[in-house]
Amino acid sequence: MNTLTKTEDRTSANGTRQVSYVSPAANIWETTDGYALQAEMPGVSKDGLEITVENNELTIVGRRSDEALKGDVVYRESRAWDYKRVFELDPSIDAAKITAKIEQGVLTLTLPKAEAVKPRKITIS
Amino acid sequence: MSLIRYQPPELSTWTPFDGLSSLRDDLNRLFDFTFPGTRETGLFTGWSPALDVHQDKDNVFVKCELPGMKKEEIDISLHDGMLSISGERKHESEHKEGESFRSERYFGKFHRSIALPTAVDAGKVKAAYKDGILTVTLPKAEEAKPKQIEVSVS
Repeated sequence: MNTLTKTEDRTSANGTRQVSYVSPAANIWETTDGYALQAEMPGVSKDGLEITVENNELTIVGRRSDEALKGDVVYRESRAWDYKRVFELDPSIDAAKITAKIEQGVLTLTLPKAEAVKPRKITIS
Repeated sequence: MSLIRYQPPELSTWTPFDGLSSLRDDLNRLFDFTFPGTRETGLFTGWSPALDVHQDKDNVFVKCELPGMKKEEIDISLHDGMLSISGERKHESEHKEGESFRSERYFGKFHRSIALPTAVDAGKVKAAYKDGILTVTLPKAEEAKPKQIEVSVS
């Protein structure tokens, strides 16, 4: 029933281990040039981000770099899992022009549409 | 049939041996996995950022996940052994532009309170906000630190 977390098998020299991800909350909206996407990934800084585009699929991976609190647990609600989410892109998005920035755990992506797709005014001579 | 989840508005103390709540928590967890920091109160959604409390012999540490805020927007106060973290996350104006396809992030006010396990020295509390995570370090008051009691044998 729970399809919003993924557990993947990662094989490396040390053998295969299971890695679990949680899906970050995202807002997507349209802008004048294309789209914007915001994903919440607290604990992730610039170095922990991996953004890839392949075949119209955008994959966002955020690895947490926050340290565990010292001492013994009294109460715990957070989960230490990394973030991962895959989006299917509108084919009109120019993948080469996607920009990303992360601020206080919020990743903002701008996805501009390719020039040819934008409405053009045709001048009458 | 609709399942309405019970969300206590404020968490003050943690009771580890509450058998009924663990069943409720398990059901909640099935729904919560996407956004661990958010919960729903009946039909209305509210933002309840995830809170962790740890302690060692000298300090109490509180960690709260608050992505996308400015440090001036976060209010931390200490009163009668309760630490309160509150604030408001404002909607940025860019959101109004164009059509919204997906809106999962919460905006608005939040308030979390937690009873601290021991007395702390209010004058020495420090807070840091990095990568969307607020970490509050509260040094324990001298009388609250564990003391060794010498056993004398006569």
